[in-house]
Amino acid sequence: MKPVNFDYARPDAIDAVIRLIADDSRTVKMMAGSQSLGPMLNLRLVQPDLIVDLTGIEELRCFSDGADEISIGACVTHADIEDLRVTDVTRGALPTVANGIAYRAVRNRGTIGGSLTHADPSADWHSILAAVGAKVVLRGPAGERIVTVEDYMVGALEADLRPGEVLVRVVVPRLSKSARWGYYKSCRKTGEFAHAIGAFMTDPDRGVSRAVIGATESRPVVIAKACNVIGDGRAPRLSDSFDGRAVGEILEKAGMVDPLDKQTHVAALRRAIEQARPQ
Amino acid sequence: MGKQGVGVSIARKEDDRFLRGRGEYVGDIRLPGMRDVAFVRSPLAHARIKDIRIPSHLRSSVFIASDIAADTRPIRAVSGLPGFKPSDQPILAFEKVRQVGELIAMCVADTRAEAEDIAAAVEIDFEELPAVHDMLLARRPDSALVHEEWGDNVFLETFVDINMEAAYDAPIKITREISTARQSMAPMEGRGTVAVWHKRMDQLVLYTGNQQPHIVRNGLSECLKLEQLNIRIVSPDVGGGFGYKGIVLTEDVCLGWLAMRCGYPVRWIEDRREHLTAGANCREHHYNITVYADRDGKLRGVECEASVDSGAYSSYPFSACLEAAQIASILPGPYDFPSYRCRTWSVSTNKCPILPYRGVARTGVCYAIELMMDAIAHECGLEPYEVRLKNLVRPEQMPFDNITKKHFDSGNYPESLRQALAKIDLPGLRARQKKGEPDGRLIGVGLSVYCEQGAHGTSVYAGWGIPMVPGHEQATARMTPDGGLELRIGAHSHGQSMETTLPQVAHEILGIDIARIKLVHGDTEYTPYSTGSWGSRCAVMSGGAVATASRELAKLIKGIGAHLLQTEVENVKLENGAVVGPSNSVKIDEIAHTWYRRPQDLPATVDPRGLEVTIGYKPARDSGTFSYATHIAVVAVDPELGDIELIDYVVVEDGGQLINPMVVDGQIYGGLAQGIGTAMYEEMNFDSSGQPLASTFADYLLPGPTEVPAPKLGHMETLAPYTEFGVKGIGEGGAIAPPGAIGNAVNDALRPLGAQVLHTPMTPRRVLEAIRTAAERREEKAPKVAEGLPA
Repeated sequence: MKPVNFDYARPDAIDAVIRLIADDSRTVKMMAGSQSLGPMLNLRLVQPDLIVDLTGIEELRCFSDGADEISIGACVTHADIEDLRVTDVTRGALPTVANGIAYRAVRNRGTIGGSLTHADPSADWHSILAAVGAKVVLRGPAGERIVTVEDYMVGALEADLRPGEVLVRVVVPRLSKSARWGYYKSCRKTGEFAHAIGAFMTDPDRGVSRAVIGATESRPVVIAKACNVIGDGRAPRLSDSFDGRAVGEILEKAGMVDPLDKQTHVAALRRAIEQARPQ
Repeated sequence: MGKQGVGVSIARKEDDRFLRGRGEYVGDIRLPGMRDVAFVRSPLAHARIKDIRIPSHLRSSVFIASDIAADTRPIRAVSGLPGFKPSDQPILAFEKVRQVGELIAMCVADTRAEAEDIAAAVEIDFEELPAVHDMLLARRPDSALVHEEWGDNVFLETFVDINMEAAYDAPIKITREISTARQSMAPMEGRGTVAVWHKRMDQLVLYTGNQQPHIVRNGLSECLKLEQLNIRIVSPDVGGGFGYKGIVLTEDVCLGWLAMRCGYPVRWIEDRREHLTAGANCREHHYNITVYADRDGKLRGVECEASVDSGAYSSYPFSACLEAAQIASILPGPYDFPSYRCRTWSVSTNKCPILPYRGVARTGVCYAIELMMDAIAHECGLEPYEVRLKNLVRPEQMPFDNITKKHFDSGNYPESLRQALAKIDLPGLRARQKKGEPDGRLIGVGLSVYCEQGAHGTSVYAGWGIPMVPGHEQATARMTPDGGLELRIGAHSHGQSMETTLPQVAHEILGIDIARIKLVHGDTEYTPYSTGSWGSRCAVMSGGAVATASRELAKLIKGIGAHLLQTEVENVKLENGAVVGPSNSVKIDEIAHTWYRRPQDLPATVDPRGLEVTIGYKPARDSGTFSYATHIAVVAVDPELGDIELIDYVVVEDGGQLINPMVVDGQIYGGLAQGIGTAMYEEMNFDSSGQPLASTFADYLLPGPTEVPAPKLGHMETLAPYTEFGVKGIGEGGAIAPPGAIGNAVNDALRPLGAQVLHTPMTPRRVLEAIRTAAERREEKAPKVAEGLPA
């Protein structure tokens, strides 16, 4: 399969992108690493009139390191994070997870912003970034707005990106020294999309305890105040505080009725927690 | 020049270009003025075509059935087996479509993208019909019909009964329902064709990645109503075949037709979506099988009903019934037992026509019978290997005609099992199972033994009566004036390493450096007729033909050499690339130079055949070689997630004399990867409307490097009694045994939970469902125990 004929633009500023995507007389798709959009174009699942390539914009390809958080440009690649070209403020969480995304060839081109906007429920970034409490910054004609990562995915393959908006950066909080995290995904084979993901982060000094169950039918299930299922993070062995039954009930409420699905997702979260280093 | 002959592991000659990315595949061919074809394919599995609308400005770029009807015939591959119902596969569908992906219109443009644009503009009105999507439902009287004129959906039913009822008093009787999923063979290179009409030669030249160029010429000649003199088929480098490229394609007929009329070269390169949605073509078997045995594990009889989903049409040349009918003849596997009954159905459904995939029916058959052997072992309280040792054909019985009259030529099957067992620590693994794993996983060990009939010839295929019956395999051996040697064969290498191994055979006889021996193949213009590369036949048949031609050539070389040495031919021998007489010698180079360039130095009585031989070869018996192997898998099953990890894998095989042991190892590795695919990953599901549910490799999973363990390999070399050098065909075996070995290992691991998986692939979901079903069964039984009833 070959894509339909389309126009192509590679602007060097976000303002130019916003102007190009404001044209609602034609179908416009933004392209970052093209690791999902490329195949979709070839399969003609997407038939745009114009492709706006975001990778020529310097602002989207760098990061800025603040006291409490780091801002990562939307077009930073998985490999940039894996290889620590981006400062890690997550005590290894992001680089470790980046290292397990698909294959190296995909990581070399695929981007954090592209993955979040593509909104595949099995993608790693949605789960781990929701676990560490990250947010995305969206810029449009009316200025910027900030949305939590878990709210950014509206549903499978649907992001909360309003007409005329572009995701510009991902803001990741700096974890304290007390923080612990874990990530477990169940895949049929290396590099494939997961069929169950468990992720968590506890940061007792900041009073945060978050758990995420990903690779569901739709958006990840985020337990933002997870003290009652995984504890507050102060226990020497976090798995002692794990309440699988409570997690199962949360998944049922979120619409996961199949018992085997529930079993694998609960197990993924439990194994993520078992991975955490003891204190 | 080091050792280069038969039995030497020399590096492959073809790898120089392959490893540098310099292979030349159909997709690499660029001809001046070449245009691209895209097809309009049926989006529905079963429907009547009510109307095809082509925008008028595109009419000259689109061709439909009515355009080609007068010049073409449908593809018709009939089997001579009694009761076989033929199907005509239209080149372009009219009236009715019978599978998703069936060709309806051919669109041509300067680029593939533009051709796809045109294809998207063609509108078709369908009247959808109920899809025949399940081969078991398809046999019910109320099923919709794929071919209405048949009255049912069965290409062929076969039945064999050999003294079955004598086994009915056996104390052990075990019945299972076992099945294997439909797969899509997945060579790295898909199909592809370039066609051009060559005016000077008055010839259609069709470049198509194919295992059987001469068979494609037969088929195209029939379908295009063209003399074979006017057709040349070229199969360049082929990036994997496995059976996927052992077929005459409707696409090839279309492109041939177009090239004959349009005045420019045309090209069609299959994309992965076409491959997966229109080409899921193999492995779908279903067995209701019962085994009868004595308490000591001795197999008394096997009774089976087997169905194969053969798809919508009978493909050319192997036909729709080869797979199922083969089940009946090979289900007994490597075992000796006295009673057998098997009924098979080749069922027509609204799916792609079935093709023989590496191992053909053997992979499914081996899975079924090997699961049953383990069931007997469990029932008798024996180790699985003990049951096999009781039932395997014994070396002192060789050659052995089994219950279905298969002639096992040679071998020591129990020894392959013993050698394989020696490569694992079975008592250690049993102790480890008892102790349990710290991570909660369950360890299992599984065995699988099979035999593989290869290079079976005329007598076997005449019985099938399909459009292709192999006879003598021919080879040409021809010296060049400077002393090089050309070998020409009609079979084709799509990974078999024949550019290396056949020169090794010629070297063994002629002593010419293999660097100066070139294999010419893949072109009907330059090579003798052959049914091509399939059925693990090339090492035996093309190898035998090359050996025979080389021996004849040796006589001619010695004749000229004797003239030059001024002695009688009885006094000379061929040694190290030279003819050696009583007192002096002459190099083959010089002999070639004399024949071609200095004929004045030769006497009038010289043999006029010169230095070129074409000759045919058949083994002393054409019932096939029987290679065999034992596979052992050791797995760890995660009972919570259903994941299976292969923690050890053993293969001990007997391929007779190995021409190049390294190449054989490569065949086993590749086959094993595909067998693991069958066992654990590959599955094309269809919904009830006959829609295939995977269209990319994100949905159709193949094992990758991290999923395929490095096996422990062992070789035995029991020479085949009927072939040159004692060679046996081994090309398919690696893909035959893994589902049986892994299946038995998984069930061994799950035994403490009372669970078993009887369907490939063994996905995490199927493993978890098996565990859950077993748990529910235990819960149902539990209250009865409480009431004092037997559990």
